[in-house]
Amino acid sequence: MARIGSLPAGGPVAATTRQTSAQARTGGRRGGWTLRGLVLLFLVLMLVYFVIPLFWLVVSATKTNDELFSTFGLWFAPDFHLLQNLHDVFTYDDGIFVTWLTNSAYYAVVSALGASLIATLAGYAFAKLSFPGRELAFAIILGTIMVPNTALAIPTYLLLSKVGLVNTPLAIILPSLVTPFGVYLMRVYAEQALPDDLLDAARVDGASEWLIFWRIALRLLAPGFVTVLLLTFVGTWNNFFLPLVVTNNPAYYPLTVGLANWNQLSQAFSGSRILYTLVITGSLISVVPLIIGFLFLQRYWQGGLTFGSLRS
Amino acid sequence: MIPSQDMAKHSQAEARQQAIEIQELAAPASRLPSALRFWRGWRRQVVIPYLFLLPFLLLFSFFLLVPLLYALWTSFFVERLIGGMTFVGWQNYQEVLRDGNFWEGVRNVLLLLFTQVPLMLGLSLLLALLLDSQIVRLKTIFRLGYFLPYAIPSVIGALLWGYLYSAHIGPFAQLAELLHWPPPPFLSAAGLLPSIANILTWQWTGYNMVILYAALQAIPPELYDAARVDGASGWEIARRIKIPLIAPALVLTVVFSIIGTLQLFNEPQIMTAIVPNLIQDHYTPNLYAYNLAFTNQQYNYAAAVSFVLGAVVFVFSYVFMLVTYRRGQR
Repeated sequence: MARIGSLPAGGPVAATTRQTSAQARTGGRRGGWTLRGLVLLFLVLMLVYFVIPLFWLVVSATKTNDELFSTFGLWFAPDFHLLQNLHDVFTYDDGIFVTWLTNSAYYAVVSALGASLIATLAGYAFAKLSFPGRELAFAIILGTIMVPNTALAIPTYLLLSKVGLVNTPLAIILPSLVTPFGVYLMRVYAEQALPDDLLDAARVDGASEWLIFWRIALRLLAPGFVTVLLLTFVGTWNNFFLPLVVTNNPAYYPLTVGLANWNQLSQAFSGSRILYTLVITGSLISVVPLIIGFLFLQRYWQGGLTFGSLRS
Repeated sequence: MIPSQDMAKHSQAEARQQAIEIQELAAPASRLPSALRFWRGWRRQVVIPYLFLLPFLLLFSFFLLVPLLYALWTSFFVERLIGGMTFVGWQNYQEVLRDGNFWEGVRNVLLLLFTQVPLMLGLSLLLALLLDSQIVRLKTIFRLGYFLPYAIPSVIGALLWGYLYSAHIGPFAQLAELLHWPPPPFLSAAGLLPSIANILTWQWTGYNMVILYAALQAIPPELYDAARVDGASGWEIARRIKIPLIAPALVLTVVFSIIGTLQLFNEPQIMTAIVPNLIQDHYTPNLYAYNLAFTNQQYNYAAAVSFVLGAVVFVFSYVFMLVTYRRGQR
């Protein structure tokens, strides 16, 4: 994947030695320590800014409702209430949270698998097959990246309700399968990762286009496939607007809509403050899989964000 | 794309085409009747590529093109108690253009666009440059830490900051109380927009930084050598070499920010639950369209609002790209 960004291999390493020696020569050392210290201080402060809300979330998930009000937010209370809170979240309202969690996982997995396969097929065709209307079709697809999502969600809702699909999983999954950006990424990726000679050799050997795609192309496109998979998974897991519009039955809510609903309830009836801990602990649970995924699949999302921008 | 690359690509494609044609000529296909040959060519050049595209094009049509056209269609109608659906032409659009609520929403998102977006992208650029420079170690930790908020669903981000802003359980208010200060007015009429701007900055700075950082890493280090020999400082190199070279990536982040900010919805929607009397149903144009459609059932008018918003988004992105393109030409 690093190659895709056309990074010269070993470039950064070579650069380091060159630059440190250059710095020494030009007297970068003079006053360098205070500058270095200030920069480091700034970077650490920024790190605190970005991470502290999540720290607050972790700390607060271990507190009771009363302790949320009576103890300082950025440190733990004397007693540890996380297990009780988890129990409350999973059992409240007959365990509706479990339904939302499963819904989110189900929507995200199916959408991500489907969308990345569809985008790979299309991106491969755009990159490696020539056909009439190719550039026009691609331009139209790219153009739709700019369409506001309300302009889309409201008519999608009306059309889905006409065919009786509102309040079904399909109402969330089917629209999520369309990723113009994924097609764009796969096209760029396939252009760079698939040598034409290889495909032509297979053609000369008499392999059908279909066989070439499944046996040769898909294997070489795997890193791009995973990138689109990851981005679509996150996109669907985090999606709020579409499910908000196309479902009004809590049994079909994903986590985002469900938690927003709990939040609304907890704010509306300030008497039932138990919902505060539910929202906080529920938020923590819904964030954890994504953070783990991002940490472990770094090179894929970084590649995805990168090769979108490098080709201008 | 660079022209020479394009040409190389072109000739490559031609050579490929020739190879395939020769192969087909050599194959028994040459002895086949011409109708069958025609079919084979057609199959290879049209049928098979479109079969690959079929799943995407089908879904794309059903869930993008058709809804868009349908929304456009409905935006020209009005639902009347007597007479039902009536075609009214541009009337809904004329109404949107005169609608104070719509423009108030536009004003809010434009305020964010001209204050929050430059601040956020400036911060992203600064962080990317610092992490790209040789002064900093442990880059991975900083990069991951800054990027982490992007992994949080924006709904959760808004909920989280809603609690942090709270005058009761928020740590800022608690600190203020400790010091006998009044609680900071995050959720007041005047503080609301800056509070939302902060949520957006928190969530998106790292994402933009990663894009810019990747572009910086792709610059061949040889380019810095000449400048170093001339005694250029790190800041001069950043200003004269690095920033101009990553201009395409910067343009990309600006365009994405324009599109995202003008369509703002999740954060104000969540804030509505927390401070219901501060956020009107038309706080942003997207929120307005949503409430028109699903609270007031005014689907036709909501569609018109969405399209005018789409036009505003298009104009701003397009004008921005035009301006930067012109500058690049000079």
